[in-house]
Amino acid sequence: MTDYKMHLLICGGTGCKAAESDEIKKSLKNWIDELGLEDDVQVVFTGCFGFCEKGPIVKVMPDNTFYVNVKPDDAEEIVKEHLLKGRPVQRLLYTDPVSKKAISDSKGMNFYKKQLRIALRNCGFINPESIDEYISRDGYMALGKCLGELTPDETIKEIKDSGLRGRGGGGFPTGLKWEITRNVESDEKYVVCNADEGDPGAFMDRSILEGDPHSVIEAMAICGYCIGAENGLVYIRAEYPLAIERLKIALNQAREYGLLGEDILGTGFNFEIDIRLGAGAFVCGEETALIHSMEGLRGEPTFKPPFPSVSGYLGKPTNVNNVETFANIPVILNKGASWFSKIGTEKSKGTKVFALAGKINNVGLIEVPMGTTLREVIYDIGGGIKDGKGFKSVQTGGPSGGCLTKDFLDTPIDYDNLIKAGSMMGSGGMIVMDEDDCMVSIAKFYLEFTLEESCGKCSPCRIGNKRLHEILENITNGNGKEEDLERLKLLSNVIKDTSLCGLGQSSPNPVLSTILNFEDEYLAHVNEGKCPAGQCKALLKYEIIEDLCTGCTLCFRNCPVGAITGERRQPHYIDQSLCIKCGVCYEKCKFNAIRLS
Amino acid sequence: MPKIKLAENTVQQIKEVCAEFGNKEGELINVLHKVQNKLGYLPAEVQEVIARELKTSVAKVYGVVTFYSFFTMIPKGEFPISICMGTACYVRGAEQVLSEFKRQLKVEVGESTDDGKFSLNCLRCVGACGLAPVVMVGEKVFGRVAPTQVVNIIKEYREGCASENAKSA
Amino acid sequence: MDTVQLTIDNKPLVVKKGATILEAAKSIGVHIPTLCHMKLDDMNIENKPGGCRVCVVEVEGRRNLAPACCTEVAEGMVVHSHSIRAINARRTVVELILSDHPADCLICAKSGNCELQDMAHHLGIREIHYKGEQSTYREDTSPAIIRDVDKCIMCRRCEMMCNEVQTVGVLSAINRGFNSVVSPAFEMNLDHSVCTYCGQCVAVCPTGALTEVNQTNNVVRALSDPAKTVIVQTAPAVRAALGEEFGMEPGTLVTGKLVSALRSLGFDKVFDTDFAADLTIMEEGTELLNRLTKFLEGDKDVQLPILTSCCPAWVKFFEHQFPQLKDIPSTARSPQQMFGSIAKTYFAEKMGIKREDLVVVSIMPCVAKKYECGRDEFKVDGNPDVDYALTTRELASLIKLANINFSRLSNEDFDQPLGESTGAGVIFGTTGGVIEAAVRTAYELYTKKPLPKIDFNELRGMEGIRQATIDFDGFPINIGIAHGLGNARELLKRIEEGESNFHAIEIMSCPGGCIGGGGQPYHHGNVDILKKRQMAIYQEDGNKKIRKSHENPYIIQLYEEFLGKPMSEKAHQLLHTEYFDRT
Repeated sequence: MTDYKMHLLICGGTGCKAAESDEIKKSLKNWIDELGLEDDVQVVFTGCFGFCEKGPIVKVMPDNTFYVNVKPDDAEEIVKEHLLKGRPVQRLLYTDPVSKKAISDSKGMNFYKKQLRIALRNCGFINPESIDEYISRDGYMALGKCLGELTPDETIKEIKDSGLRGRGGGGFPTGLKWEITRNVESDEKYVVCNADEGDPGAFMDRSILEGDPHSVIEAMAICGYCIGAENGLVYIRAEYPLAIERLKIALNQAREYGLLGEDILGTGFNFEIDIRLGAGAFVCGEETALIHSMEGLRGEPTFKPPFPSVSGYLGKPTNVNNVETFANIPVILNKGASWFSKIGTEKSKGTKVFALAGKINNVGLIEVPMGTTLREVIYDIGGGIKDGKGFKSVQTGGPSGGCLTKDFLDTPIDYDNLIKAGSMMGSGGMIVMDEDDCMVSIAKFYLEFTLEESCGKCSPCRIGNKRLHEILENITNGNGKEEDLERLKLLSNVIKDTSLCGLGQSSPNPVLSTILNFEDEYLAHVNEGKCPAGQCKALLKYEIIEDLCTGCTLCFRNCPVGAITGERRQPHYIDQSLCIKCGVCYEKCKFNAIRLS
Repeated sequence: MPKIKLAENTVQQIKEVCAEFGNKEGELINVLHKVQNKLGYLPAEVQEVIARELKTSVAKVYGVVTFYSFFTMIPKGEFPISICMGTACYVRGAEQVLSEFKRQLKVEVGESTDDGKFSLNCLRCVGACGLAPVVMVGEKVFGRVAPTQVVNIIKEYREGCASENAKSA
Repeated sequence: MDTVQLTIDNKPLVVKKGATILEAAKSIGVHIPTLCHMKLDDMNIENKPGGCRVCVVEVEGRRNLAPACCTEVAEGMVVHSHSIRAINARRTVVELILSDHPADCLICAKSGNCELQDMAHHLGIREIHYKGEQSTYREDTSPAIIRDVDKCIMCRRCEMMCNEVQTVGVLSAINRGFNSVVSPAFEMNLDHSVCTYCGQCVAVCPTGALTEVNQTNNVVRALSDPAKTVIVQTAPAVRAALGEEFGMEPGTLVTGKLVSALRSLGFDKVFDTDFAADLTIMEEGTELLNRLTKFLEGDKDVQLPILTSCCPAWVKFFEHQFPQLKDIPSTARSPQQMFGSIAKTYFAEKMGIKREDLVVVSIMPCVAKKYECGRDEFKVDGNPDVDYALTTRELASLIKLANINFSRLSNEDFDQPLGESTGAGVIFGTTGGVIEAAVRTAYELYTKKPLPKIDFNELRGMEGIRQATIDFDGFPINIGIAHGLGNARELLKRIEEGESNFHAIEIMSCPGGCIGGGGQPYHHGNVDILKKRQMAIYQEDGNKKIRKSHENPYIIQLYEEFLGKPMSEKAHQLLHTEYFDRT
């Protein structure tokens, strides 16, 4: 390896790539070559830095300069000014929204200050396509330690002592799961990594696989050693081409280095990993459905027990963990269970990665210790609500979760507290909503998702969610009645109580939590025919303010349904029975004479 | 559904994919992925060949194809348009963007325009939540799309000036 | 420790480890309603997707309600099968199912026999609180089966039957969520698929989503047409099951009442398919002996084993799935078609009736027979040998329609000459019966000695695949038997792989043979009903004076007067057929 004096790390995550980070890399490289710096400066893609709001991000090492919102045209200036003359480009630095000061080192940014990155430890620091860089950061040390020094039982004990719980949603203790699978006798067992991240608005698994694929490979091998499996499978969404590509590269490198395959590190332990593609079915995040999908079947869940740890892939004992869970394993083994268990709350140890999105200033991927409050996440890390609007709600746990109000802002986040609050951890999606969001519509949005993703096997989920959705549709269309709220609650509870799998058992959560926390908003819809957030079109009313109307006829001429009448130079009038609420008049009016109510 | 006759070399291609996966029934989803990758879609006749090769029933293959949203039996348009309907995009107005596309193209989700130029689909979170709402045309990502920009995006592709762009991106 | 102690509805009980809550409850007389679940004990047939969620019960200490059909009992478990919470959930789930179900019960083909209707009644549902969009699909009519999938409740029983038991693979769940339904590939019509019309999907469908094509109206029309002579034949398995439709105990033989009812309905002659079964034995038995003799003489071209060909679903099955084996089955037509062919030639001539004025109706335990009589090879100038095939169920509805008080009917005898049959003809109705009948005749024809015993218990039973060796006076004949097409496939594979040394194989498509046919009164998952029907069949055989086909005097007469001898040219033309590659 050449000793470079400087490294330019460019975010190669999907988000930044979508914002032309490929072009930026090309352009930087061109200028570096042009100026003859190719022996001194290396340009590499890394995994996601997490600060997606400010992407694409370019980081200059070793001085830790963190450039945000970089465009391909900025390459010239970065190379000429910073690399050549040592003068950081001020205009590309992050500006603190409060102090308005430019901050050059990411450590100084609020977005990063409160974070503790364990699962994401390497994302944004290493080139995910280089096993050497992974190894240089203690990579495969844990595997070596297990194979060389620890028995499977000792390893499992360490994981159990750490208190690590499954990061995919359920929060089942990981060590215990391994132990159960280990204790089932079988000639063949499987380790499965669930990378079928399906929560809309959650992308941590993808970021880990894109930014640090070896951590998952290492952990799967450790798991195989512990439970007695020689085969691993990564079930990954086909919609994640970059993650798949990087994972494939990493697998090949691990094989080349003898860290996968036969007789790993000369210990006689064999382990191989294969990739299985998901094909767009959220329900396949459920482990039995995932296993059926890997077997080439429709991804329909089956009743548990038997649990996969007893009878899973091809009927063999199978341990299923998600990506983030695996990513924690090597660190725990390297630093020790007692180190890990000091982080977090009493029952939820370690950190959790959240995908922060919605009406928030700093959209991105963050990792915080369990027990961090929602307020810290939303205001300190997330930088508060976009456009200075008021906070209304935060939705956690994806389609299975719930919407929490400002009353919960000081709740420390962990598995149990979120459930107590009527939501759940889920895989870690965190969507912030402001005063413009109609909570009835939000509940409807999540149900639409569930409807589309329900496998259809059990009747409460197949038909019940459809009926829930229809009731919500009625409410948002202005045809709801007060007793609909009661029906929603009754039906929701039966669906939760009777559905076959976790999808159906949690699908009414957004409905129940919005009714619980935003009942007024529902009541406004059904009793007053009003949508307080002004989102439900059918409940909107466009009116012409007589005093401001000049009779210019612009609205009259643009109304697609002829709902506007009036004489030239006289105030116009909208016939509400004809109005389709398209909003054209509102957009066209030059005199602000049309009001929405 | 109009019956199409598969070209001999297409059949051969499908058979090769099946063979690559050992003609194993359990590899059905991998086979479907690869075949769709090659042919762009999975019409009935293709599913019949796959069923025969993997020694399973066509009904089962069809059951799998219709279960997973990634698989399609309709050829995509020259410029497949996908609107991210993840939550982050939704709360930032993806629905309005979608209805604008529907209105402009006069198609519903899952359909293609008559001239075969565009097809319209929704997809779940692409993970570019920082750019929400996100629209993809082919592999090209448009971020922070407002409904008013829809016309221009369509125009860009319809006039062909961006066609090379999209293919290479 | 292979027992478990638990409490259900406050009653303590001990059950076998591994039992489900449903089974445990049943053992103490607690009835937990089920909809999708169906188990045919001892036949290795079970449908347990846990999908309908009607059988949910409350288990103390569990967060959610548990489906009784797939939850195994555990030590100390406390179950409340009818708590308010469970009942409320159960009712809501059924209401939801009803909210996506057409409300045309009054005129539904399944009315009175519908498990969903019964469930709504059982739960006292008087109002559906949730209304909304209903899924609608195109109705699919085939020669034998009608699919009205609007009525599908996704219990998946048909799918299980079609795939796991019959291995035909026509049906699969398609789409997902609210749009999911069970359907053939590409939602094609059944008649474009490889469906065998075995009708086992119909036999297990809890609702009116799958029913037979109803031809009772055609028959009524023919009966009321003075220009037509309408005759009827009834298959052996019908007499062992028809009584169930009139509240009689399963296994009640109603042969005499059946004849009497048919006569009351106005059929000009009431004949017996058993007669044709005896004729089948003459042809098929001779064919077997011919092949056997040639084989023993060292003829390399001869195909062994011979396979029976009485079952139309089986015939269609191998035409689709094993066309390479189409030379192995006997070329003998099925009894239904032999009857039709003889009726429209021999009988018609004898009576001086023109072919086109003679209408042949058959009463069959089967829906595939409807398809069979429509096959082109069984038509002369477009006129079918058998005009209409009614199922046992359709006959029952006709009898009810005609105000016939079935249980009070006197016993009457079949008409002659096509009504006389032997015990061998009767046992065609159950698995193992055709081959036993064949053995009875082939033995005597081959050895030229009388049988030492007539009952071949080694060929009887309910096991899916059976084999036995019968001593033909020093020559061992290896016999295989399969019922259920999945078992048939298994046997065929063994033949293909050259593993079998069978000389003759009997195959019936339906589990249990024709007694479990798709056209029989619904068994609703109660396998005892099938067993009792089987016993009735053997009882009828035992009652017969003549029990070997070749001793049927009218058969002897038929050959003397008309056919010559078995496998004669005329017999070939009228009683044999050919098979087609349908791939």
